[in-house]
Amino acid sequence: MSGGLRLRGLRKSFGGLEVLRGVDLDVAPGEVVCVIGPSGSGKSTLLRCANHLEPLDAGFVQVDDVLVGYELRDGRLHESSERDIARARLRMGMVFQQFNLFSHLTVLRNVTLGPVRVLRRDPVEVEREARDLLARVGLTEHADKLPGQLSGGQQQRVAIARAMAMKPSVLLFDEPTSALDPELVGEVLAVMRGLAAQGMTMVVVTHEIGFAAEVADTVVFMADGVVVETGPADRVLRSPDSPRTAAFLAHVRRHPDKETDHA
Amino acid sequence: MMLDTLHTLEVVRRRGFASRWGTGAVLVVVVGWLAYTVVTSPNLDWVVIGRYFFSTPVMEGVGTTLVLTFATLGIGLVLGAVLAMMRQARNPVAVAAASAYIWFFRGVPLVVQIVFWFNLALLFPTLGFAPTNAVITPFLAAMLGLGLHEAAYLAEVIRGGFLAVPRGQVDAALTIGMTPAQATRAIVLPQSVRVILPALGNQFILILKGTSLVSVIGGGDLMTRAQQIYGQNYQVIALLLVATGWYLVLVSLAGVGQRFLERWAAS
Repeated sequence: MSGGLRLRGLRKSFGGLEVLRGVDLDVAPGEVVCVIGPSGSGKSTLLRCANHLEPLDAGFVQVDDVLVGYELRDGRLHESSERDIARARLRMGMVFQQFNLFSHLTVLRNVTLGPVRVLRRDPVEVEREARDLLARVGLTEHADKLPGQLSGGQQQRVAIARAMAMKPSVLLFDEPTSALDPELVGEVLAVMRGLAAQGMTMVVVTHEIGFAAEVADTVVFMADGVVVETGPADRVLRSPDSPRTAAFLAHVRRHPDKETDHA
Repeated sequence: MMLDTLHTLEVVRRRGFASRWGTGAVLVVVVGWLAYTVVTSPNLDWVVIGRYFFSTPVMEGVGTTLVLTFATLGIGLVLGAVLAMMRQARNPVAVAAASAYIWFFRGVPLVVQIVFWFNLALLFPTLGFAPTNAVITPFLAAMLGLGLHEAAYLAEVIRGGFLAVPRGQVDAALTIGMTPAQATRAIVLPQSVRVILPALGNQFILILKGTSLVSVIGGGDLMTRAQQIYGQNYQVIALLLVATGWYLVLVSLAGVGQRFLERWAAS
């Protein structure tokens, strides 16, 4: 396989606790992968390691066949300079559970900051593109507001536009609807559904099994820092191989709005 | 009392332990008496105060005090920002170096540091090719002492401002391809300014008054000039009142400036 996202043998410990214990994951260009699993299974850490927000203890990440965070020299992986890490991260966009919009900048400037400051592109052209993106996520009339003036659902849609403005190869979503009031979840999922339909490569850590069933090509079930099961979304969600996957799915379906703490 | 008539009754506010008029009157009498005794004291020559308030040496002193204050603020802000970033760095050597700096320069009294820089020649008679005393003028010694000391305090003020910016916004800045340094400049610094300003106004006033310590090395500031003048004419109280008046004027102006800056930062 060429292009896409490739995670190999990812290991990561915090203190004495090993959160990732050797995770492999391949995401083909245009594929939508949903990662599900109980809290504390390492899903969020997996995404943060994928774009080197957390340095790895072992393993490697490749996006578009480029190593992220490390370079191969004399048979070893050396951590790259901050500048090279930043350049590799450009290939991946990320949407956070807590939105993490820049609270001192308007919605429009949140979206244009990266292309103008990092990619050094023409501000006029960037602004035109940013307004197009904001229209696509249904926020045309909010362009000049500050993030604090928006609802959670609106903020998360701005965050998606901000990530898309960098034209990444892969979009990473870290529980994008978990911090939202229930009535606002739908508007964010609708935007994500639109991106998937346009062929965006996406890795979505989520508790929304319904969304996974509808949009995902592949579903990955993680528990205790390892991938327990991976396969076509239909198959994994309908007739999982692993009893742990089955137990988790049964639990989530019984308590659809609760944090899923046990599987 | 019937509940349905309660809403028609008059509301009487609770009074403090004494009435405003009473405490106000006592205050006016006490302060007025103090002012009267000072103003009418035969030992205080108002003509002298009037003569020196706008005199050339005093005005030069005010100028030097202002230059020292802003130079100290400048050195303190730049060096303090660097120290604050070092304290947050991943590199443990940077963290330790910044912590040691802050520990040292916050721990040694300011007047000791000023006298130390002034007497640097006793430790290093020459700096490069030049004799130390030709390089370290009293003004430069004053600036080094004040600036290096202030940087230690401002580092902590600035670090507090950094901590007020949610860490997630830095993560977000990194994911749109910024380096940590870019994220600090574009995301963290502008947002911490709002948090830092009130404390910074406080520091500014402390610096302004702290410059008077450089009189111990003849730094040429307002206090130095006042001392030089009363050393000749023995009008100690009059010249101290000249200095007091100027310090109060400058501090008041700083307060106005701070309110203006805070309103600007909030918009």
